Amino acid sequence: MYDIIIVGAGVVGSMIARTLSKYNLRILVLEKENDVAAGTSGANSAILHSGYDPLPNTLKAKLNVIGNSLYDDICKELDIEIIRNGSLTIARNDEEERILDELLLRAKKNGVDAIIIDKDKVLELEPNITKNVKSALYAKRAGIINPFELCVGLMENAIENKVEFLLNSEVINIVKKDNYYVYTNKNEYITKAVINCAGLYADDINNMVCENKINIKPRRGEYLVLDHFDDNFIKHVIFTVPSSKGKGVLLTPTTAYNYLIGPSSNFVDSKDDVSTSKDVLENVKEKANMIIDNIPYKHIIKQFSGNRAVSDKDDFIIEESQPGFINVAGIQSPGLVAAPAIAVEVENMIKKSFKLELRKDYSPYRKQVIRFNRLSKVDQQKLIDENKQYGNIVCRCEVVTEAEIRDSIRRSCGAKSVRGVKIRTRAGFGRCQGGFCQSRVIKILAEELNIDVSLVDYDKLNSPVMKKLGK
Amino acid sequence: MKEYDLVIIGGGSAGLSSAIGAYDEGLRSILIIEKDKFLGGILLQCIHNGFGLEVFKSELTGPEYAFRLEEMVKSRNINLLNNTIVTSIDNDKIIKCINDLDGIIEIKAKAIICSTGAMERTKEAINIPGDRPNGVLTAGLAQKYMNIDGYLIGKRIFILGSGDIGLIMAKRMTLEGANVIGVAEIMPYSNGLSRNIVQCLHDFNIPLYLKHTVKKIIGKANLERIIISKVDDDFNYIDGTDIEIECDALLLSVGLIPYNPLLEKLNIIIDPITKGPVVNSHYETSIKGIFACGNGLHVHDLVDNVTKESMIAGKYAAKYVNEQVNINDSFKMESGKMISYVLPQIGFVNEEVEVSFRVKTPLENKYIEIYQNDAIIKRVKKNFLLPSEMVRIHFSTSSNSVIRIGVSDA
Amino acid sequence: MPDLICIVCPRGCKLHVENDVVTGNMCPRGIKYGLDEVNNPMRLFTSTVSVLNGMINRVPVKSDRYIPKNSVFDLINEIRKVEIKAPVYINQIIIENCLGLCNIIATRNIMKRG
Repeated sequence: MYDIIIVGAGVVGSMIARTLSKYNLRILVLEKENDVAAGTSGANSAILHSGYDPLPNTLKAKLNVIGNSLYDDICKELDIEIIRNGSLTIARNDEEERILDELLLRAKKNGVDAIIIDKDKVLELEPNITKNVKSALYAKRAGIINPFELCVGLMENAIENKVEFLLNSEVINIVKKDNYYVYTNKNEYITKAVINCAGLYADDINNMVCENKINIKPRRGEYLVLDHFDDNFIKHVIFTVPSSKGKGVLLTPTTAYNYLIGPSSNFVDSKDDVSTSKDVLENVKEKANMIIDNIPYKHIIKQFSGNRAVSDKDDFIIEESQPGFINVAGIQSPGLVAAPAIAVEVENMIKKSFKLELRKDYSPYRKQVIRFNRLSKVDQQKLIDENKQYGNIVCRCEVVTEAEIRDSIRRSCGAKSVRGVKIRTRAGFGRCQGGFCQSRVIKILAEELNIDVSLVDYDKLNSPVMKKLGK
Repeated sequence: MKEYDLVIIGGGSAGLSSAIGAYDEGLRSILIIEKDKFLGGILLQCIHNGFGLEVFKSELTGPEYAFRLEEMVKSRNINLLNNTIVTSIDNDKIIKCINDLDGIIEIKAKAIICSTGAMERTKEAINIPGDRPNGVLTAGLAQKYMNIDGYLIGKRIFILGSGDIGLIMAKRMTLEGANVIGVAEIMPYSNGLSRNIVQCLHDFNIPLYLKHTVKKIIGKANLERIIISKVDDDFNYIDGTDIEIECDALLLSVGLIPYNPLLEKLNIIIDPITKGPVVNSHYETSIKGIFACGNGLHVHDLVDNVTKESMIAGKYAAKYVNEQVNINDSFKMESGKMISYVLPQIGFVNEEVEVSFRVKTPLENKYIEIYQNDAIIKRVKKNFLLPSEMVRIHFSTSSNSVIRIGVSDA
Repeated sequence: MPDLICIVCPRGCKLHVENDVVTGNMCPRGIKYGLDEVNNPMRLFTSTVSVLNGMINRVPVKSDRYIPKNSVFDLINEIRKVEIKAPVYINQIIIENCLGLCNIIATRNIMKRG
């Protein structure tokens, strides 16, 4: 029997698992896909918003700001890349300047350090911004993070702290008797409490067992990715003023020095539909062209889309909907930045119903991650001297070594698929999208997992790339 | 720091051929750096025949052609560094590379030849709408899995793009027991050699859907279906022409792009049409002493042309090192309306210039004309010209005015 | 009776062959090609064979002469039965007198692993 079952291993589920792992609780995380960050957490803008945007006195506002401030410690403990590059929300006409004034007020109410800067200062900070810019709201504490690395790091640490984690386990029913009986496609479990972090499917999970029903609708955002070509093309996160549909199209560097452009924003019918479409992306480009001049679209290496979980409420749903059942639902933007604070809220709820003791062998740290390409020549040579697999570069485009790839598989919450290696090491994320390295990655996975190459999955369970010849 | 007169990055057909060219011009301090264990580059996975008709006067398979070049390089005692990846070149021609035996190595060169080949255009680059399942990959990667590793990538295969790689894979996969359902080509004509249309498609009754493209990819964990659609002259989908096809693999043969991140970091001038460096007729890039040849410079269809071009590059790299290059006046070279690009983009006066170019559409009974100062300085009759077949022509001139290569009716 | 594309030169004439009469050719080479293709089409066979204990697991092979087009699948079946031990050398005969049609020879050196 478990104390807590967490449904969903996106950023919210992983963050809560890690946060609660410091206590003497028996925790199980059930994830229906083949890896962490398989849903919205793996397809977003990767931005740690400063917090000026949410309406004051909402959970979104409060948790955005607190969450933002908690990230420095988390990233230090878990060795996750974070860059506090700041954000510029630009105004290009009078109406937009008026909105900026409102946003500045909102920032103050939310406790966010933001100022309005004039055109000259904007262009000094970002020479490639459209010359139509008149002013901008500058928020220094906004930042960017690698959301894959974040989810992997959180879950790795949780597992090291005795949290149990099961992949490919879809919850198909929950029944409340004296305790909660949770049935998956594979097994059944008994637990005192359930924390529902199922993202787009949080309504399905809630509605299995709670009287008050939730309804989640998917809102799709499509993005373009530019290959790294010039680290100084854009330095900050660049927004335009928000509308009712959300924050709108933005441009930002990523922690890998690529550039993200997007997202679009349209409700779609199917929660699973993460297809991209030509028209929508053309529209994204049009909007982007009004923010930054001369965007070199020839460097586009990828398009992707992610669906946001939009509930009927405007605000996050974080509540114990019935004794022992905590809903964390409708976590759309600013969900990523708010996640640490969301976890603290849930921790406080758990404190009320459980007698919590700190585990003696809890460690908030995970083993350092080697990012070979970022190291100095001297450090690189040292590594190669200790382990010659650092001298074998597998991914040419992103300069990722064999040692990093093997390590990404061997760790707790390790890679189990081609995509798993990609999101942990960046191998395959570059301009050739795995054309050069995929076959070596598959061979390394096969060796490390002790299976034939024909059993190595591309992404989801049972999706092998290499298939045996028939007889 | 090790020093060489000439460092060649890439040990495929271009790198090996340029090494031979440099050596035969008298240079001895030459190093080839190759990322793989073996020399030969992409030729090693091109196990079909049709290579070497011009250079070796034989019909060879890819690996055999590579072996011939390798023997020529080894018999000249040219230095080789395998299993080594170059991570940067700087403006002083210091090359930083890494392998697991020597660790990080810095090498100073007097001249560098970049022969790093091409990469395949990815599915992301062409943005086929729909899902992202397993089973959508480039034809070249499928070829590697098949020919080097001995694995299929699907049992019911559809191919997008009728370039030679796609056609060759259609035959290869059929021979190995897969069902190749068809090939779609967005243009009204195939991009591949007619020999391949016959021996890869007709031989196996594989239908070719001209003026068609893949409109949608459908599948969750694995590819399940695609929808293909006919397109009009502006490449817009034509209503009512959708065909849904069940398949578990979609191979993309939609083009190769020169792969030069090392040179791009140096802010070398890149030609937007070829996507490779701009070069003069010595195959020298916009940085003195850095040369480029092979698929890394512009995409070739015949490896024989790679060898010819690369030997010239090697020769001039050697002359550069030995300071034997006459800096003559130079002229720009441009392409006429019916020609998609000419290479090199710069020539030297009073020197033989070997030009490569491709036409934009299939043409018959034309003259290739080389114009300068509004006069035709050379004219060659060609009965047939195809975009998929690079044309080579040589000329020389004593004027430094712009040269234009054009096509006119015979 | 079949329509063919002649592949002797890049012109690619569309040939029509009926009762051993070839039409559509622009030069005499097309006549021989057309007749051969209809009566006795030949191809060079290329594929790979499994290698044991080699640096890589497949050695590329070819038929050492042109073989009848219709026997390619039979040849595939024959080479599937074979596993050859490294080292393998270029031009080494992998299958001698395969189906009475040709020798199957290696087109690449594969050294022993390790």
